[in-house]
Amino acid sequence: MTLNRRAFIGTGAAAAAMLSAPMLNAQGKPRVVVVGGGAGGATAARYLAKDSDGAIDVTLVEPTRAYYTCFFSNLYIGGFRELSSIGHSYGTLASDYGVNVVHDWAVGIDRDAKTVTLAGGAVLPYDRLILSPGIDFVDDAVPGWSVAQQNKMPHAYKAGSQTELLKAQIEAMPEGGLYAMVAPPNPFRCPPGPYERVSMVAHLLQQINPTAKILIADPKPKFSKMALFQEGWQKHYGGMIDWIGPDFGGQNVSVNPDEMTLDIDGTVENVDVCNVIPAQKAGRICDMAGITEGNWAPVVPATMQSRMDENIHVLGDATSQGDMPKSGYSANSQAKVAAMAVRGSLLGSKVFPAKFSNTCWSLIDTDDGVKVGASYEATEEKIAKVDGFISQTGEDDALRKATYEESLGWYAGITEDMFG
Amino acid sequence: MFGRVAAGLAALVMSGAAVWAVPIGDPEEGEELFGMCSGCHEVGQGAENGIGPHLNGIFGRKAASVAKDFRYSEGLRRAGADGLVWHLDKLDAYLENPKALVSATRMSFDGLEDPQERADILAYLRRYSDNPQNIPEADPTARPREVELEPEVLALVGDEEYGEYLSSECKICHQADGNDEGIPSITNWPQEDFVVAMHAYKRKLRPHPVMQMMAGRLSDEEIAALAAYFEGTE
Repeated sequence: MTLNRRAFIGTGAAAAAMLSAPMLNAQGKPRVVVVGGGAGGATAARYLAKDSDGAIDVTLVEPTRAYYTCFFSNLYIGGFRELSSIGHSYGTLASDYGVNVVHDWAVGIDRDAKTVTLAGGAVLPYDRLILSPGIDFVDDAVPGWSVAQQNKMPHAYKAGSQTELLKAQIEAMPEGGLYAMVAPPNPFRCPPGPYERVSMVAHLLQQINPTAKILIADPKPKFSKMALFQEGWQKHYGGMIDWIGPDFGGQNVSVNPDEMTLDIDGTVENVDVCNVIPAQKAGRICDMAGITEGNWAPVVPATMQSRMDENIHVLGDATSQGDMPKSGYSANSQAKVAAMAVRGSLLGSKVFPAKFSNTCWSLIDTDDGVKVGASYEATEEKIAKVDGFISQTGEDDALRKATYEESLGWYAGITEDMFG
Repeated sequence: MFGRVAAGLAALVMSGAAVWAVPIGDPEEGEELFGMCSGCHEVGQGAENGIGPHLNGIFGRKAASVAKDFRYSEGLRRAGADGLVWHLDKLDAYLENPKALVSATRMSFDGLEDPQERADILAYLRRYSDNPQNIPEADPTARPREVELEPEVLALVGDEEYGEYLSSECKICHQADGNDEGIPSITNWPQEDFVVAMHAYKRKLRPHPVMQMMAGRLSDEEIAALAAYFEGTE
């Protein structure tokens, strides 16, 4: 590597960090710690390791050994995927890319010392820290519900055991029973997600419990792909799904998990399954790091650096960045921009203008896929939407089938891009 | 910004600026400029229809579709029926010269020449429409690259006789006596308004597939000729 000014600054920073933790930096390489192994973190770790050819020491901290993607977890509920098909391990990141994968929780960040403390006691020094922790839930967002109640009223908005539990509860519903969803307020992870879920629940119920009903209490007057979902619900599941928006009290909701009741604007319903998706905020490690403003971590659009600490980059759902929806695709796209910026800072590699994109596919019923997507660019102020597209109502079956097949290709592609 | 490393990044960022999205405009400036609209239009929390319709959610909204209780002009109702949707380019064209985009509206506004002022107003209005973070299909908040109508095109002097000849095609649908049932009248139309309107069809700013097709094959000279002719018709 030729030594230019930027590289000098990078290694200078690494050398400074070395003084505080000489044992862990024997090779003198700049160190990047990535917290969170989802669409943002896994992608960032892989790109940093891959594109720096070993010149950066990359550590990925992720508590779970088997990671289940939130995207496509609705398809598991609908019976279109096995749970195992959306589970991934970090083996290839470690073996083929040389990422140090540490299965532990990050429980503290010291921004002055530039260290991350893990639950197991280890302290990891960093030159750059990438936080991609996803979401946590806002306390008391739905009166009566708390995370302690998540086994009675699952959110299933972090994939894995919660998704399995929700599906099992739906399968155990009495004949003609009621599945209710409490939909979240904006902004939240995966804007079309709750409505794709309702579609998949309807698909499942239609086969095993066709007289069952679905009720959605929603605080929002409008949601993503609304016309497409409503058209699809009418077409495939006529009469099964009832959506209650804020005009009819959908924003005034409380639950009683012990009684299994849902109160919508004073009307109490007995429910057999209650899928509570509460209001969301950045994963709590962002709060611990002191880089949040309100519920989210604001970032510099061109680099995904925290607005509060230039040594920390934040990715994905946890950020407030502007126009990009909180999605796995967005996080993956942002991760590549951040990885490029980090390499540029630490190694002096070339940095190109940040370009972002997103597409969200949703499945409404068998072979009935729809999508919405956009391209984004960084302005000083925010990541701004430049152009976009959305599926149209009334599209023919062949196009919808092709859209669904496209989503299968995307899933294979993005998970390979994340996990190698 | 940050330290030296970040300053280096910023320099690279600047060099790439030409290909980057530009914010629509300055919403703070726009809020002040909106003073010239606020006599008729409300926007923001609790906005209601007044002399003109409220402008909440205007981006991505179909023309003449806001409220059951607002009576739109015939021109706007037609534009809405033809498929005019208020995206940034349409709103910009409408603010620049309302008559270019929609004829015969009740909006008594001559237009705003300064593109920056229009951009600022639109940036202000954009705050009160859907956010793409929540509804990804919501209209962009960045300004797209524009195609301007060049001043030479506007300055062309049309050949009235040639215009009369060309107009025979128009008169199949647009009745020569000025009757506007079903299809709008185009007689006695001021030249410049005619020219910008035809170019708006040609650039597919104005909706209506037939007019987009008709205007699409007219040259700049032919549009000028038609404009010269139709201005003189009674």
